[in-house]
Amino acid sequence: MVASGQNEAVDRLLSALPVVDTEGRARFAELGFPAQSDEDWRFTSVKPITELNFTAAEADTTVSLEGRMFSGIDGPRLVFVNGHFSKTLSAINDLPEGVEVRNLSAGKYSPMSGVSDAFGVLNAATFTDGPFISVADNVTCEIPVRVYYLSSGSEGVTANVRGHIRVGAGGQLTVLECWEGANTGYFNNSVTELHAGDNARVEHVKFQNEHAGAFHVSGLHASMSRDSRVAHHSIALGGRIARNNLRAHLNGTGIETVLNGLYLPCAGQLIDHHMVVNHAQPHCDSHEYFNGILDDDARAVFHGRIHVHKGADKTDAKQTNKNLLLSDSATIDTKPQLEIYADDVKCTHGATIGQMNAEQIFYLRARGLDEEAARRLIMHAFAGEIIERIQCITAREELDRRVWDRLEETSAP
Amino acid sequence: MIEINDLQAGVEGRNILKGINLTVNAGEVHAIMGPNGSGKSTLAQVLAGRDGYDISSGSVSYNGKDLLELSPEERVREGFFLAFQYPIEIPGVNTTYFLRTAVNAVRRHHGREELDAVGFLKLMREKIALLELDESLLKRSVNEGFSGGEKKRAEILQMALLDPKFAVLDETDSGLDIDALKIVANGVNQLRREDNAQLVITHYQRLLDYIVPDYVHVLYDGCIVKSGPKELALELEEKGYDWITEEQAV
Repeated sequence: MVASGQNEAVDRLLSALPVVDTEGRARFAELGFPAQSDEDWRFTSVKPITELNFTAAEADTTVSLEGRMFSGIDGPRLVFVNGHFSKTLSAINDLPEGVEVRNLSAGKYSPMSGVSDAFGVLNAATFTDGPFISVADNVTCEIPVRVYYLSSGSEGVTANVRGHIRVGAGGQLTVLECWEGANTGYFNNSVTELHAGDNARVEHVKFQNEHAGAFHVSGLHASMSRDSRVAHHSIALGGRIARNNLRAHLNGTGIETVLNGLYLPCAGQLIDHHMVVNHAQPHCDSHEYFNGILDDDARAVFHGRIHVHKGADKTDAKQTNKNLLLSDSATIDTKPQLEIYADDVKCTHGATIGQMNAEQIFYLRARGLDEEAARRLIMHAFAGEIIERIQCITAREELDRRVWDRLEETSAP
Repeated sequence: MIEINDLQAGVEGRNILKGINLTVNAGEVHAIMGPNGSGKSTLAQVLAGRDGYDISSGSVSYNGKDLLELSPEERVREGFFLAFQYPIEIPGVNTTYFLRTAVNAVRRHHGREELDAVGFLKLMREKIALLELDESLLKRSVNEGFSGGEKKRAEILQMALLDPKFAVLDETDSGLDIDALKIVANGVNQLRREDNAQLVITHYQRLLDYIVPDYVHVLYDGCIVKSGPKELALELEEKGYDWITEEQAV
């Protein structure tokens, strides 16, 4: 059932966007924007998105890469400005043997099936372009591939980008994503597919630093094969509403995957991580670690569902969500969820919500640190637990500095 | 060094310290003993500047300064140190980084050059040997996952690094086996000098076999009810605290 105001919003949105797939558009019109009566959207209202004055995002040649995250890293990069591929800003020459890095529309691509949520359907039906990264079997891509999603649009400017990452059997790849925008009110809706072949190693880092007044909905759909190792790190700073749909499909045996996230919303922001980890086969490990630091009236949502299917014995699934609330008006909704249909599994989940620990602060002061330094040290440590899981050292160090700067701003009196 | 005059303090309207008088001079070691609930830990916390205690009267003069007017960190920078009864775990804060930050906060205060990573490591190696601590602890988060004995030894390591003028050891012996106790006591004794002083708070006489005090005070119901030479500790061990209690009742 779609409310009439919603119908109107859906029509306005679709009429603003390019036609990629007519059937898909019809399907999105049928689904409509998710309502809060939908359990998956219980804590996040997309009403502010439906009220946007939608226009299709256009290419912009005035945007630069100056001062962006991951600038200390050399190597291939794909740059999308308002969802459009920027050839001038991208660097995709001299690729290692067996590594393909290009924009989606430059070659063959068809979206994966099974992405059935409304925003995912919308994305498939209207996307403009996006990164296409492919690593052949047994090829190790030594240098990280960077993807920049930059936005220069304002109120209602809408971009749908689609990403495709494939790592063949025995292959190895690191992808670093950076999302940044200059103005308030734009809307990015993305879907990234990640296919990890047998025994593949993939590290995927997403640095989301959209404008604090922008809207960001993104889906990561990771399909993992036997013995693969996939780590996803979500470092989320931006967005008025930033929703991350993380879907991990553990389709083979012996897989180990880590979903690791840090969210730091400030006043007026809502950052939502919604994940579903599907254990379909035995002997797989999945670990989710999410920490959040919330200030002012910031909001965050953590929803983690671990679904252990029948036959997925010896599953080891662990989920932790820790939150540090710096103000009385900050809100966190956290909902860990386990659905287990197999025997002999080890599943744990836990969530904590707390204020800055007064005992820890006193202990640090009793060792000569002033109160501000003590507070910063504790916040930094809380964020550091997440950041230190990032394997790519240069990326980790840059992120650490950026997060540190952000926390300094947060803790400034 | 420190002069405590008629110190009265409590928490949530309940008076715990009911007029403490105590003077500790440079070069001295004093022990405070007393039964549970006598106010030993409150005294330590009030001296360290812990929030939440109402100080209703009295004064603490520390090397000519009004200690109670100083923030907890200023006290430390001025040479005060409290070894915690229950050291706090701080997950995610690297021990080495924490210790260097602490040492440099104190050095900065005295206008001394801050130690870089190399200089600090040198200092730390020297001190850590004193406490027979495993260097791998330094790579871990502050106190996290440390055994009880490791935590107490780490407190004394911090004391050694900060080199205080006046140190309060709050039940540093509780929960330690005899070997760990000897190590801790040995560490403390090596820090003992003519120009510093220590106040050892303990429930048990055992510690005082290893850290030999110049004076022993008995704290009971918020007051120091008896003071004497180190032999007083033995007397307490023999007769128990009931003896003091009864004496008080009379």
